[in-house]
Amino acid sequence: MIYWELFLAFFIPNIIGYGGGPAIIPLIEAEVVGRYGWMSAQEFAETLALGNALPSPIATKMAGQIGFDVAGAGGALVAVLATVVPSLLLMLGALGLLYRYRDSPRVKRMSQWVRPVIAMMMAWLTWGFFSEGLETSGLIHTLVIGSVAALALLRLRIHPAFVVLAALAYGGLLLG
Amino acid sequence: MTAQSQASLSKIFLAFARIGLLGFGGGPAMIPLVRDEVVTRHQWMDDDAFADVLAIANTLPGPIATKMPGYIGYRIGGFSGCAVAVAAVIVPMVLAMILLLGLFSRYREVEWIQGMGFAVIPVVMIMMGQLTLDFWNKSRLALGPWTSLVLGAGSGVLIYLLGIHPGWIIGALLATAMLAPEPRRKEVDQ
Repeated sequence: MIYWELFLAFFIPNIIGYGGGPAIIPLIEAEVVGRYGWMSAQEFAETLALGNALPSPIATKMAGQIGFDVAGAGGALVAVLATVVPSLLLMLGALGLLYRYRDSPRVKRMSQWVRPVIAMMMAWLTWGFFSEGLETSGLIHTLVIGSVAALALLRLRIHPAFVVLAALAYGGLLLG
Repeated sequence: MTAQSQASLSKIFLAFARIGLLGFGGGPAMIPLVRDEVVTRHQWMDDDAFADVLAIANTLPGPIATKMPGYIGYRIGGFSGCAVAVAAVIVPMVLAMILLLGLFSRYREVEWIQGMGFAVIPVVMIMMGQLTLDFWNKSRLALGPWTSLVLGAGSGVLIYLLGIHPGWIIGALLATAMLAPEPRRKEVDQ
């Protein structure tokens, strides 16, 4: 039962998540935090922070870690397979068909129309992290960490791994 | 025959493990690394074939960074090549995630460790804000600001006020995009 739920929780975001790995993050949040309540917003934020600091695709890292958290090694396997296998099978099975339609305006339209919905869900999630930050470390710390992170990530283009490390140091010293 | 496919399996593994370990910044950032290994270093396919694989992978949902290794692995090594390529990209970092977060959760009661957990939330907020802007800008360029706003706000009301599962909304949009007549202004086809 838990395996079936894990399968669905990762299969659905990956089959509707047009636009690459990051597009599925808010969809996965809707499943694992919103629908099934397997983790808190805090734990999801921690998973996402570490996921952004390590190499390799974000979707499979999150699937493996969350699956393991919920149901051990079997859970990790189910979540990763639900992420990888369906679209890969489609690609192997329907290659000729897909090749014919790769430039079709309809296919382009599919990812174009989904994008604003994903953007909306991302904005909602951003707001959720803001209120979670207020709750756990207060307005001042949230603003300080947030603006330094924004400067480092957006302006100075510092690698996310270093930004996450710096935040960990800040939190260990000042928020403990 | 066996020796040859054995050798190529380990080559496939090494090539895609390198891609996984160097591929910071999510799937799309990994595409040039895949090209480096597959086209330049090992010459498993030429540039045109690689461009086709990329275009086809983009017509499907799901992470790009597992579709490409999976398909390329299959082309050069059959089903085992496919499995080896995908595993090489994802397994090392999945294990690293499980180990690091497991260690972190075990000491969650310690106050300064808990403080570390709190401090990453505003960082993740900025990362998510950055993605929001990125998706919004792409959407604005492709659909125009008003259509994007209506689609975004409309789906926001349905998802967050009425509690409809996002799968229904996105599914409906995908079905409409696939089935509705094509717009006229894309003239020169074929």
